[in-house]
Amino acid sequence: MGKFIKRLFSGTIGVTIFSIVIAFIMGGAILLLAGYNPVQVYMVMIEGVFGKPKNMAWSVIKATPLIITGLSVAFAFRTGLFNIGAEGQFIVGSTVAALFGYYLHLPPLIHIPLVFVGGAFAGGCWGSIAGYLKARFGIHEVISTIMLNWIALYGHNYVVGMPGFARRTNISCDIQDSACITLFKNWKFSEVGRTWFGAHPILRDIFKTPLNSGFLVAVLLVILVWYILNRTTLGYRLRAVGFNKDAAEFGGINVKKSIVLSMFIAGMLGGAAGALQVMGVARNISTLAAMEGYGFDGIAIALIGNNSAFGCLFAGLLFGALKFGGARIQSPPVRAPMEIINIMIGTIVFFIAIPRLIRMIIRWREKRKGDGDA
Amino acid sequence: MAMLNSLGFILGTTLMYATPLLFTSLGGVMSENSGVVNIGLEGMMTFGAFAAATVGYFSGNPWLGFLAGGLASGFLGFLHALACVTFAANQVVSGIAINFLGPGLALFLSRKFFDGATMTYNLPIEMKMPKYFNNMLPEGTFVRQVLNQDISVFMAFTLVLLIWFLLYRTKLGLRIRAVGEHPKAADTLGVNVSRIRYLCVILSGVFAGFGGASMSLAVASNFFQTLISGQGFIALAAMIFGKWKPHGAMVACLIFGCAQAMTIFIGGTGLRVPQEFLSMAPYILTLVILMGFVGRAVAPASDGIPYIKDES
Repeated sequence: MGKFIKRLFSGTIGVTIFSIVIAFIMGGAILLLAGYNPVQVYMVMIEGVFGKPKNMAWSVIKATPLIITGLSVAFAFRTGLFNIGAEGQFIVGSTVAALFGYYLHLPPLIHIPLVFVGGAFAGGCWGSIAGYLKARFGIHEVISTIMLNWIALYGHNYVVGMPGFARRTNISCDIQDSACITLFKNWKFSEVGRTWFGAHPILRDIFKTPLNSGFLVAVLLVILVWYILNRTTLGYRLRAVGFNKDAAEFGGINVKKSIVLSMFIAGMLGGAAGALQVMGVARNISTLAAMEGYGFDGIAIALIGNNSAFGCLFAGLLFGALKFGGARIQSPPVRAPMEIINIMIGTIVFFIAIPRLIRMIIRWREKRKGDGDA
Repeated sequence: MAMLNSLGFILGTTLMYATPLLFTSLGGVMSENSGVVNIGLEGMMTFGAFAAATVGYFSGNPWLGFLAGGLASGFLGFLHALACVTFAANQVVSGIAINFLGPGLALFLSRKFFDGATMTYNLPIEMKMPKYFNNMLPEGTFVRQVLNQDISVFMAFTLVLLIWFLLYRTKLGLRIRAVGEHPKAADTLGVNVSRIRYLCVILSGVFAGFGGASMSLAVASNFFQTLISGQGFIALAAMIFGKWKPHGAMVACLIFGCAQAMTIFIGGTGLRVPQEFLSMAPYILTLVILMGFVGRAVAPASDGIPYIKDES
């Protein structure tokens, strides 16, 4: 048993679990110092997430875009690129999805995939700009994606305000019903739907939220990314470039093409996240005063998920729950600042960055035990 | 005359907006020349801006506020150094953590001190960074338009000189650069790699804090949630743009500042250009300049690589 625990904790998953535990302890300590009762705050948070089926649905809704932006960052990481640009790719994806969703009038069976692919493709193109700039001009992707994020943000704001598309100041028109992926969106308000949900209160509660098929798409994308990275020659090629550029080139891989392709795929994921957010939850786009943080959260999710596809799924769900549960602690009776969540996330990432500390602790304990035996 | 007036306005505004970026960018220069990547500048700048505005408000003294901004971010710098130097962390990951911790702490404390608001109270003009040259410069002249600046502006440009001198003209500077290029060689010659890196990373936090402080105590007059929103990242980009050199970073920050000034200027002339396109311009310009004129950027050779001393 002791051996098992030791092996678990010296591995990556162990470090992650350890970091999450530390984050809760640190968060508690800070809350205590600030004069709140940490036990009460955490109870409200847990209650906020698991208390009602509706709340769990909300956590999943919040997690959906984050899982996918996490995948985007993780995919780039695995191929040796640092995609700070998931934020911008998300924005471009949501803009194009909103445009396609409003201006096209098609049956849902065609409209939904078209809007989704449109958003994803736009995000992909946006990402591949950074890839091209790196491959052709040697511009570091960190700097180019930061620039592209801002260009995307202002472009987005311009589109929101376009005459004919702006419904009122700072908000665009809603997408057509045929592009919306909220589950049972019309049926749940119809006469039949209401009577049916009246008989099934738990389901009624769940479907009060804009629960949508986006989460299913997110899970499919997780599987797809895992498959591409681990089971295809394409994934092997892209990872080889990330692992050792020169060796890959020597092995006959076109490094420049691979960089552009990697950023295209990462960008597609970012764009897909944006498209799903518009199709499932927001239904329109609004003027952004600052970055919304989907892409930056994606970076943390990729790191907590150890850059693996399934890791992103779990880290994304954790984030979604923390975000939704965190918003709950602001209301009475607790009234604790929700920013404690960001401090906790920061702490998790901080400890994930230093696995050496945890291994040092283990080694130190072993040494002490050894001394005791002698 | 009108032309000169406009030019004066643009130059003055350029200096004003370049200053917070410049402080923060210099922080990046310090850290990365010693071989530690600092992507956490954004978080450091945010926390510094908050600490400066808060201490400035409660003490009524902008200088105390400015110093507090530096110290608060210096603490985040210390955390970054602890992770990157002592525990040989992945420096990018640690920086990302700082970017969550900084704004998280700032907003958490802001709600605590300011009745649940994510902004600090407005500072009256006498509690902001002073404009010492206000009375010396003749009224309504070009020189006054350009140089009637908060004292933080002059401090930032002086700091460029100081850091340039430190890095390229002193023994300590040589050691810093040696540690950034080839830590093992420096170690062999008896340079304490850890100590140099700690010093540089903490200083980088302090400067980023000054950057935040010059935002909340000079450019604006309080701290609020979107005050920094991305300027730390722009400062990081400016540092890369300036090829990891203090004077290079200065030029890059001036370009960003100028673009900001142009946006405001053209917005005021009533020219029918959508404001969004003006705001976009500096970022497009940066990419174009990087494509055409600058060429491949060269970071210090050991930037981002933890140094683990042989224990044998």
